Amino acid sequence: MMTLPAVEVLRPGSVAEAVELLRDKPGARVLAGGTDIVPNLKYGMYETQHLVALRGLSKELRYVREEDDFVKLGALCSIDQLSREASMLPALADACAQIAGPQLRRMGTLGGNLCLDTRCVYINQTYFWRSALGFCLKKDGTLCHVVKGGKRCVAAASNDTAPVLLALGASVRLVSPRGERILPLRDFYLQDGVHNTVLQSDELLVEVRVPVRARSLKQAFGKLRMRAAIDFPALNLAVALEVAQGAVKSVALCVSAIAARPALIRGLEDLAGRPADARVAEELARRAQKQCKPLTNIGVDPEWRREVLPVLVRRTVSRALQD
Amino acid sequence: MSVGKRFPKVDGASKADGSGIYADDISLPRMLHAKILRSPHANARIRRIDPSPALQVPGVVATLIGAEMPEKYGVIPWTHDEQALATDHVRFVGDEVACVAALDERTAEEALKLIEVEYEVLPAILTPEDALAHPEIKVNERAKVGNITKQVQLEFGPVDEALASAATIARQTYFYAGSTHTPIEPHCAVARVDADGNLTVWSSTQIPHYLQRELSRVLGLPQAKVRVIQPLLGGAFGGKSDPFSLEFCVAKLALKTGRPVKILFTREEVFYAHRGRHPMKMDVTVALDREGRISAVDNKILIDGGAYASFGLVTAYYAGQLLTGPYRFGTYRFDSKRMYTNKPPCGPKRGHGSVQPRFAFEVALDEAAEKLGIDPIEVRRRNFIGEFVETVNGQKITSNGFLKCLELVEEASGWRTRHGKLGPGRGLGVAGSMYITGTAYPVYPNEMPQSGVLVKLDRSGRVAIFSGASDIGQGVNTLLCQIAAEELGCDPRDVTIVAADTDLTPVDLGAYSSRVTFMVGLAAREACLKLAEKLRVAGGANFTEACQRAEAIEGAPLAAAGGYRTQKLGGDYRGGTIGASPAYSFTAHVAEVEVDEETGIWKVSKIWAAHDCGKALNPTLVEGQIEGSVYMGAAEAQMEEMVYDQRGLLFGPSLLDYRIPTSLDTPDLESFIVESNDPGGPYGAKEAGEGPLHPAIPAIANALHDACGIRIRELPFYPQRILKLLRERRDKERAA
Ligand SMILES: Cc1cc2nc3c(=O)[nH]c(=O)nc-3n(C[C@H](O)[C@H](O)[C@H](O)COP(=O)(O)OP(=O)(O)OC[C@H]3O[C@@H](n4cnc5c(N)ncnc54)[C@H](O)[C@@H]3O)c2cc1C
Ligand code: SF4
Repeated sequence: MMTLPAVEVLRPGSVAEAVELLRDKPGARVLAGGTDIVPNLKYGMYETQHLVALRGLSKELRYVREEDDFVKLGALCSIDQLSREASMLPALADACAQIAGPQLRRMGTLGGNLCLDTRCVYINQTYFWRSALGFCLKKDGTLCHVVKGGKRCVAAASNDTAPVLLALGASVRLVSPRGERILPLRDFYLQDGVHNTVLQSDELLVEVRVPVRARSLKQAFGKLRMRAAIDFPALNLAVALEVAQGAVKSVALCVSAIAARPALIRGLEDLAGRPADARVAEELARRAQKQCKPLTNIGVDPEWRREVLPVLVRRTVSRALQD
Repeated sequence: MSVGKRFPKVDGASKADGSGIYADDISLPRMLHAKILRSPHANARIRRIDPSPALQVPGVVATLIGAEMPEKYGVIPWTHDEQALATDHVRFVGDEVACVAALDERTAEEALKLIEVEYEVLPAILTPEDALAHPEIKVNERAKVGNITKQVQLEFGPVDEALASAATIARQTYFYAGSTHTPIEPHCAVARVDADGNLTVWSSTQIPHYLQRELSRVLGLPQAKVRVIQPLLGGAFGGKSDPFSLEFCVAKLALKTGRPVKILFTREEVFYAHRGRHPMKMDVTVALDREGRISAVDNKILIDGGAYASFGLVTAYYAGQLLTGPYRFGTYRFDSKRMYTNKPPCGPKRGHGSVQPRFAFEVALDEAAEKLGIDPIEVRRRNFIGEFVETVNGQKITSNGFLKCLELVEEASGWRTRHGKLGPGRGLGVAGSMYITGTAYPVYPNEMPQSGVLVKLDRSGRVAIFSGASDIGQGVNTLLCQIAAEELGCDPRDVTIVAADTDLTPVDLGAYSSRVTFMVGLAAREACLKLAEKLRVAGGANFTEACQRAEAIEGAPLAAAGGYRTQKLGGDYRGGTIGASPAYSFTAHVAEVEVDEETGIWKVSKIWAAHDCGKALNPTLVEGQIEGSVYMGAAEAQMEEMVYDQRGLLFGPSLLDYRIPTSLDTPDLESFIVESNDPGGPYGAKEAGEGPLHPAIPAIANALHDACGIRIRELPFYPQRILKLLRERRDKERAA
């Protein structure tokens, strides 16, 4: 069997206690559902000696409620729970229903999904395998197997809730021993596969806030994967459109599973005023394809992903417009 | 009467509720855990190896290197070309180099990193073409010529003449990617040496007898001092029918330390142990005469074998020898070459050796028939070889229910009204196949029975059956209960099975070549019939009383033995016996597919599978085998492939990167049992474990043609490949 490195699991009972532990135990990492961090630990991707387990914070951080013009989602909501309880944000519920498989959805959390480590076929492998290949930039090495000569890791953001929450204009509440901050999600992610968020080592993501107006947006989530379950996205995307009298008022489109940062497609302002129809879907597809370059970081033919991307965008936008 | 009835698997409940004991559930006092160090290079000389630093780690008890048991082994006696741990040459990334036993797995794993190995890295041979082009780079020293494990060239009848006068010819190159078994249970072995020096190895093996022989040879112990026990097995599919490094390592370490030792492979290690489907490149020619009869088949097969032979000698034969039914071939020629390459060794995966050529042939047959305007089912019917006939290569076919199979799937799929008429993106395809029911000969020549069964009756009315056969999920233990109930009149639930324990049970050669139901079934029946006669003479109001009376008459415990003796079979030429089987099973499938022409994404919506198993001794088990086989075949068509990088590193050795279909990706399956009642089989039975896999892949390929006019000749049928073929088709249409 694959063995887990020796780690001590700490079990705080509150957010305040948790962030203090993170501060006091250098290198400590957060353990929520563990569906991402545990396999990565077995792969020898982290040097951690301590895990700060969040189970004791369930009462505090597991809720879905509407308050102050926001839909607020606690970081410890399980993915399975959101697939059922987030029905006021249909694209989010749909994305959650398509994550992994039933057991993993029950263990996995929203916070864990948003803070999911980036993925790459050359890094999510055993220590032996990586040693045979040659270690890379993300851990233990100096080169990149995806971008030859590359100096920056381009491991892919592979979380399915991220593009949806980005398209819906969500923000996140982060707590550290120094206090809390609220950040638009679009400022949360970085273009660096080694560590793709602005999260500090002693900071906890405790809540996601989606403006209530998002409930009335025409929205849809689209995912490309090789199997109908279990698989991480080979591409994922979300679209949210404000439509009035048959015309587009505003549109947000986010495409991910490409590089370290989910990509909000730029320059869509001029689409305002266009009829919300098949042609706008085509146009969004065209622009998304231009701005996204699938790489070999995901083990699915990048050429084919590039070809399928506009089809997926077009179909997802059409689905959003139909509902 | 019990045979022919639905009866739940005797070990089913214990597998479902977790109480069953698998190899990894065995834990003995003072047991050590061991881990194996593997080569990071595809081809290298070992210049120096020093395991001593690992011994310094607290908790490490012993280390092991190749020099401590250098004897070569292999499942086939003519190709002993593996070592448990390499002494001087590693041949693929993942090849075993050294081993550490410690108090726990983590300590052993950490200690492995301290073992010092100096390699001289050599150029690696990663394709069979390279293996041919570079005979000077020897992958495996056992190859007599270059890197060839085995070459077989056989011709039956004047092929060239037949080709010259053919009405139509389909000639294409096909490529079958390698795939692997992915049993849910990774390989696991536990060894213990008792105070008298007797070695016991519990292993997740499907060949306890061959393993016992190899352990004895490599360790230098008399065979009588080596006991192999196969506990409950979590799937095998051919992936556990070789002796593996872990079995030798635990045994040697147990001998060395005097303590029990366990090794449980990780999923990654299962990928390196492999022995799965061989990649094959096949240049196939199929010629039809004006009536659509197959006048010639010519197949040039290049087989990518990996670093060791495994069953490769047989693979090279099976690739050609098993194609000659259910259709009559006017003439036939094949030239098959299995090459050594610096990759994990291939071996027998369900449908050993013949799934790949079957794919190529059945697609080629469709193509040829299309040129003559003959319906795909019609061309198969027209070429039916018949019952009790000899094939062009001298195999004796007995019962043959293929026509019935075709008829059933034709009916059920609505073929006549739906083939060619489902509209764009949807289509139907058909394929047929034949497979062996055991091979006539054991892997080592001997005159002893291939299978033995002992049956003992107790005065309590309990029946005990001692059988060497491996139940790998196919259900042989259940069948033994049913056969006892059938012949003795006992309750099948009052039967104790003692199985696959080389000290306690008579020899059975193993669960391979679909031989078990046939051979073990006959042996069990023979033993039971002997006892049934004694019970009949004794009389009595019920089974228990009959046992008591019979025992009184006998004046000794009641027991009897039965055996399966090998018949003389096969063509009168070198290699003619390989592929010779006492009976052949037959299958036909129709597959229905849907293709999204914009993305190339497609799915199999349904497969209708009809299989002639001779007689279904337990229809539930037969249906299970048909469904499992069809699933596995469809999986290979859809997505399974062992992919390597340019240095021979297996890409993503995990179940996330090596994708197998989930329940949601599995087509709707409908299976039909055809009973041709074979005169040689137990109660008329043949096999059902491997045959039903074969037609799935070509049926799907042919359905893709019906759906969107493309001919896909390379597995797996990735959406990007479909999309490319669609584009080529459109370009051609535009040009026309
Ligand atoms: C086979 C398999 C398939 C999968 N398929 C998908 C898929 O299709 N789509 C998908 O999106 N995901 C997938 N996942 C990933 C994962 O299961 C989910 O993303 C899940 O939601 C992660 O949540 P978790 O609570 O288990 O995270 P954990 O593993 O506990 O944590 C993940 C990371 O986030 C950090 N973290 C967790 N919570 C917080 C917090 N509140 N504040 C700060 N940091 C935090 C952890 O330190 C860790 O680095 C899959 C995983 C597996 C094993
Ligand atoms: S993108 Fe490059 S650096 Fe990052 S994980 Fe993959 S191979 Fe390593």
